[in-house]
Amino acid sequence: MAAPESSAAAVPTLYTNNALRNAFGGVLAFFILLLIGVMAFSIRLFSVIKYESVIHEFDPYFNYRVTQFLAKNGIYEFWNWFDDRTWYPLGRVIGGTVYPGLTLTAGTIWWLLNSLNIPLSVETVCVFTAPIFSAFASWATYLLTKEVKGTGAGLTAAALLAMVPSYISRSVAGSYDNEAVAIFALIFTFYLYIKTLNTGSLFYATLNSIAYFYMVCSWGGYTFIINLIPMHVLLCIVTGRFSSRLYIAYAPLVVLGTLLAALVPVVGFNAVMTSEHFASFLVFIILHVVAFVYYIKGILTPKMFKVAVTLVVSVGLAVCCAVIAVLVALVASSPTKGWSGRSLSLLDPTYASKYIPIIASVSEHQPPTWPSYFMDINVLAFLVPAGIIACFSPLSDASSFVVLYIATSVYFSGVMVRLMLVFAPAACITSGIALSQAFDVFTRSIKFQLPGIASNTEVDAAETSSSTAEAQNDVEKSEETSKNRPSKKSKKKEKEEKPLPKAKAEKKRLLALPLDSSVISLLLLILLGALYVVHCVWAAAEAYSAPSIVLTSRSHDGLHVFDDFREAYAWLRHNTDVDDKVASWWDYGYQTTAMANRTVIVDNNTWNNTHIATVGTAMSSPEKAAWEIFHSLDVKYVLVVFGGLVGYPSDDINKFLWMVRIGGGVFPHIKEPDYLRDGQYRIDSQATPTMLNCLMYKLSYYRFVETDGKAFDRVRQTEIGKKYFKLTHFEEVFTTHHWMVRIYKLKPPKNRIRGKTKKPKTKTSTTSSRAKRSGTGKKNPWH
Amino acid sequence: MEVPIRATGLLGFTFFSLLFFVCTSSPLHSLFISNAERRIDATSHIVKVYLTLKVENAGSTPTSEVLLAFPPTQVDHLATVEVLVTKGKRKKTTLVRLDVKPTELPDAPDGAKYFTIFLANPLNSGESTTLEVLYLFTHSLEPFPAEIGQSESQLVHYRDSALILSPYHIKQQTSFIKTPSRKVESFTRVEPTNHAGTEIKYGPYEDRPPYSFSPILIHFENNSPFPVVEELVREVEISHWGNLQVTEQYTLVHGGARHKGVFSRVDFQSRPTLSGASSLRHLLARLPPRVHSVYYRDEIGNISSSHLRTDSRKSELEIEPRYPLFGGWKATFVIGYGLPLQDFLFESSDDRRYLNFTFGCPLLETVVDKLTVKVVLPEGSKDPSAVVPFPVDQHLETKYSYLDVVGRTVVVMEKKNLVPVQNSHFQVYYTFKPIFMLAEPLMLASAFFLFFVACVAYLHIDLSIRK
Repeated sequence: MAAPESSAAAVPTLYTNNALRNAFGGVLAFFILLLIGVMAFSIRLFSVIKYESVIHEFDPYFNYRVTQFLAKNGIYEFWNWFDDRTWYPLGRVIGGTVYPGLTLTAGTIWWLLNSLNIPLSVETVCVFTAPIFSAFASWATYLLTKEVKGTGAGLTAAALLAMVPSYISRSVAGSYDNEAVAIFALIFTFYLYIKTLNTGSLFYATLNSIAYFYMVCSWGGYTFIINLIPMHVLLCIVTGRFSSRLYIAYAPLVVLGTLLAALVPVVGFNAVMTSEHFASFLVFIILHVVAFVYYIKGILTPKMFKVAVTLVVSVGLAVCCAVIAVLVALVASSPTKGWSGRSLSLLDPTYASKYIPIIASVSEHQPPTWPSYFMDINVLAFLVPAGIIACFSPLSDASSFVVLYIATSVYFSGVMVRLMLVFAPAACITSGIALSQAFDVFTRSIKFQLPGIASNTEVDAAETSSSTAEAQNDVEKSEETSKNRPSKKSKKKEKEEKPLPKAKAEKKRLLALPLDSSVISLLLLILLGALYVVHCVWAAAEAYSAPSIVLTSRSHDGLHVFDDFREAYAWLRHNTDVDDKVASWWDYGYQTTAMANRTVIVDNNTWNNTHIATVGTAMSSPEKAAWEIFHSLDVKYVLVVFGGLVGYPSDDINKFLWMVRIGGGVFPHIKEPDYLRDGQYRIDSQATPTMLNCLMYKLSYYRFVETDGKAFDRVRQTEIGKKYFKLTHFEEVFTTHHWMVRIYKLKPPKNRIRGKTKKPKTKTSTTSSRAKRSGTGKKNPWH
Repeated sequence: MEVPIRATGLLGFTFFSLLFFVCTSSPLHSLFISNAERRIDATSHIVKVYLTLKVENAGSTPTSEVLLAFPPTQVDHLATVEVLVTKGKRKKTTLVRLDVKPTELPDAPDGAKYFTIFLANPLNSGESTTLEVLYLFTHSLEPFPAEIGQSESQLVHYRDSALILSPYHIKQQTSFIKTPSRKVESFTRVEPTNHAGTEIKYGPYEDRPPYSFSPILIHFENNSPFPVVEELVREVEISHWGNLQVTEQYTLVHGGARHKGVFSRVDFQSRPTLSGASSLRHLLARLPPRVHSVYYRDEIGNISSSHLRTDSRKSELEIEPRYPLFGGWKATFVIGYGLPLQDFLFESSDDRRYLNFTFGCPLLETVVDKLTVKVVLPEGSKDPSAVVPFPVDQHLETKYSYLDVVGRTVVVMEKKNLVPVQNSHFQVYYTFKPIFMLAEPLMLASAFFLFFVACVAYLHIDLSIRK
């Protein structure tokens, strides 16, 4: 950019200098990107190195199981898959209720590798899918930020994203969840949107729809895209930035994107019918109206235009009112106003805790605390405001998008911890911009004041001082311009007239920055970056790499491994009948089906609240009533997780109040106050009799007193209330080494009849009548 | 390559069969057994029978074959038969192993099955020789009661004959049955019978005619676990880059009395001797020395409870299943390890290469119901042939591994009912040209080369429609 400005004699040398430096910069940027990709991949391998190559947590086990099915049976079987091993006796149509993006991605990778005769197991592919896609995501961040603020900012943002703890927490090796690929899809869709906006190319617009389709396949969070982009379009229109590029960026996305989204079975007609998508259509209409107005304005004289405006406004208002009235009536007729529960709890953070305990019970749906911001994005939290300011100087279409993105995602992350993940890329992009701009300013003022350079002409200095990033950016821009001349023309003009005078003005201003303070600030910035890296590595290594199915603890005599979950699942897998039904709280459903290969009653998919409430009711009921519920569901084994012996806090006793709440939500005879003593949840001698007699208490603490003689629960830090009791309807069939999983078998009915001689009424009920009762008496079947 | 045979250490099989010696080439009656002593070791779940026979030739023609006879019920459980003969005099005795082959005789009474022992030197008229026979029975201790609770001890039935089944006349014979503990619930008396300590003695019996049989039933306590590998697939993959990768897939079951009712961890942990006495808590695998990259896992991940001890002579891998195995409980797992290739791969005189590796299961005291050994030869090897010291089913397969184009030849050998004593070595011969080792690196290199060429070409070609 500086070349045309310099004197005629200087042109050739400067030009070659520039070309060389740009080539060098290009190669350098390429290698930096490669290294960023390697870093993004390898920082996520702590879990494999410290633990093992294994699938983590709960949901990834389901995805893994689906991928196994896909790899074994092929895509058509997959779409038609009715899974009878879960939600017994209802089953679940997996093909129609799952976001298939992740599964199809991993399945394709596996198929590709195997057709090249690289015999990796499905599990290995699944474990490493997330790290691979984080490398892709950091490259996509580079592309997006480059579109907004140039290569330097792009590289910085990519490096920041590669190791941002919030994203690491969802994408370590083994964390095979939708978010792993969805974040890449999200950023890439945004990149293509910005790219289309900058170039006005239909090619990118089409790519954008396809990327959006991939995002819809991957994650329910796609609604964020389909609301954020319309908001940005609206913002552009309101601020008078309407252009044909905006139209090309948006209209094809809505049309193609909605059509494609409707192809995904889990979305289907939701793509046009639910309120989450409403904004996009509204903006689509507004955009057309605006485009039409601009068109009319172009062909009419100003006077005629005024007349036309009055006409159209009066007619248009009437039509609009009518349409809106119809829409409002339609939406209002639906109980949730056309919104899904999770979306509603985003708009109204108190909604879930009031109406849907099942959503509120998930810890990742809780609002985050302040420390979690610091934990998850660390120093980025301080850089974000600076980045936002940098986005405003100058404000372009692209940078206004970033500002909008960060503003909305800050709000969403404040409502749900889980959405911190959407916030993290925005934070990385703005911080990358901030850091890069700061470096730019400091290095430029240092260079400018260094004696050797200061003696040069101002033009020279301006040139040398402009960061590689910017220089490169401009060259690339001009190359692009030459490629897509027609569409880029306006852009180029903008560019050329903008930076030049500005750069001069800036330089003048920057001269005021003293040398020593620039150096110190630079050092401080580097220190800040180093702190961030240290924190990220620590977070990746210590905080987020535990697979949660294997626990370790360090004591004076070395590392101790608690592998109880897999012990129990392996036992179930090999020593029970293949069609036996296992009941447990829904947290363990996915793992039971995947690792133990046994049919479960409820699982983490939580689609049927009543079913979950039934299990919750059973767990909260006394033994006999629980036996009846379980027996009516054909359950043979009941699995409970108990941490009292080794101090594992997330066990079933600690989750028990949620079972009571969810159970009580459907079956009102379960009342939460019955389980609380003066509003306090306790299991010691002060606990209520209802609590001490419920099934969960009994199954957890059965014969616990014999371990230490006192029955001291190490999680609750108290002795339990009822120590000696017998089970009449259940028998212990397996308890793992550290007692973390206990499996009980339902005793056969004849024992029940014998034990029941005192109560003739219930005794006489046969299996069929019992089944009928449980079927008909949904409201209160156990009374 | 024959493993040196130590008289006691090697053989271990079980059940009782009766042995008889016959010369098929001469009338059966020309041979007789002047003295027979049988020691049956029922302390573990593999019943080992040591039989010492003194055979005399009373006929006029020399004979070189002696027959052993087994009742048909025992033959099904018979895992191995080995015969040794003492050579040399006094202190310089050595043991020589003799060939034994199953034989069909047309006039066998009651379906008795025979094994023929081929003597090294024909037995001349009037001469006598002493044969040491070892045979092992699997699945011959029948738990009774068949289901026990956690705190009960495991009782088993053992069936045999007090008299040794033989097609020859036996002048004098004695049988000893060793039980693991003094607790013997009952045993059949065939006078003279004597029970002292952990040993039951039947005999001596004098002058019994051929095919004498006297069934006995012993009911005693045997609290040793019964580890049975229902199926074991061993895959040995040869890489000429210097590594031998062994992968073993086990389906393990506790073959003892089935577990019934409750499993209480508190009892199991606090009273380990009384509760679950017969449960299978750990297993020991003896691996070759210089083993590396050992792993022990199952389909849901690594199993952390294992220890590896290595020294220069052997490696021992102590593994615990994820959960203690009670009777009837199952577990599956995989053990894998790498070995330096030069310890096992040699070149034969005719320019071929051969792999020399153990055939059986490395787990000690374990019965393998079905064993499949797969030797994966490197890509490009030709003319594979296997040499195994006992009869096995063989066939060839093709396997595609990392970046293979034509696939690797796999020599598959299958054998049923195997005991650790059969961990003898087998050889697989094949020809292989070292140039094939370079095939895959070259292929990768050329693929990358082509990729870069394509990139260069793409960057230099202007594909735009408009100039």
